[in-house]
Amino acid sequence: MAFKPALDDGVYLRESVQTAAKILVVGHFAVGKTTFIGTMSEIPPLRTEELMTQAGEGIDDLKGTTGKTTTTVAMDFGRLTLSDRLVLYLFGTPGQQRFVQVWEDMSRGALGALVLVDPERLEESFPVMDLVEHYGIPYTIAVNRFDDTETHQDEEIREALDLLPETPLVNCDARDQRSSANALIVLVRYLQSRLR
Amino acid sequence: MTTSDEPDQEPVAPQLVRPYVITNGRNLLGDHEFSLITLVTAAEDISRTGNLDPEKRRLLELCSGGYLSVAEIVGHSHLPVGVVKILLSDLTEEGYLFTRAPIPAAKLVDRHILEEVLNGLQARFG
Repeated sequence: MAFKPALDDGVYLRESVQTAAKILVVGHFAVGKTTFIGTMSEIPPLRTEELMTQAGEGIDDLKGTTGKTTTTVAMDFGRLTLSDRLVLYLFGTPGQQRFVQVWEDMSRGALGALVLVDPERLEESFPVMDLVEHYGIPYTIAVNRFDDTETHQDEEIREALDLLPETPLVNCDARDQRSSANALIVLVRYLQSRLR
Repeated sequence: MTTSDEPDQEPVAPQLVRPYVITNGRNLLGDHEFSLITLVTAAEDISRTGNLDPEKRRLLELCSGGYLSVAEIVGHSHLPVGVVKILLSDLTEEGYLFTRAPIPAAKLVDRHILEEVLNGLQARFG
């Protein structure tokens, strides 16, 4: 049956896994969330779809409809088994303000967020940073460097994004596993530092 | 490099069956005990599945190979999140499924969990 994945390719979790944790990978459209998740995930990335009800445009009212429309919000995610008993899920979460309902769900139970930014399009990251801050999710900035030309220095980026001094900023290449893992490690170290 | 495969603004194929038909008219909104990272597996004795709706039977079959998160069940089944949560909730109440709950909110800042995540990342990629 097409519904059921093949049983022998690591689809299922190890029997010993007891605990699931999640980290959000957030950022504006096409910043590299899907690439990052694909690089880190031990399974081919999967997609969830959620039906959302939105207030409709004014024109709907003129036609006598309810003024609400249903849209579908899709999120890609990946999985990383980190020990015999712990699995980590990485959820790529869209950064548009109109997805606030998704954010309410996603922020609940998240350890923290990695905010991917494109150094050439910093201003497009403002809405998503407003969202992580609004929901009180601790975060680290990962500057997704698509090539080696570092036209912007870290300090310029910190200033442009108006980061608090303690907010970590790390460079990463979402296509590279070691580099992407390092960004997650920087985030988790920061989450630990907040407990001290 | 620009990734064109991100899902944010993609058109989605229409559902063949309206979601509330699959769930017998139950509401899709509101709180459910299932989160996207609740881990689920089929109970060992699931011989009496004859009376189940086709969607429930297919979800149960998907869960029969071991533990998966709710998100993975959604991803493999191509059903909307809300529908899957309701069907899994029913199947659990009916004794077909076992769950492992996600970390309670109060324990999220638990240093043990963060330490385990860090150690795991370093062991695999460090």
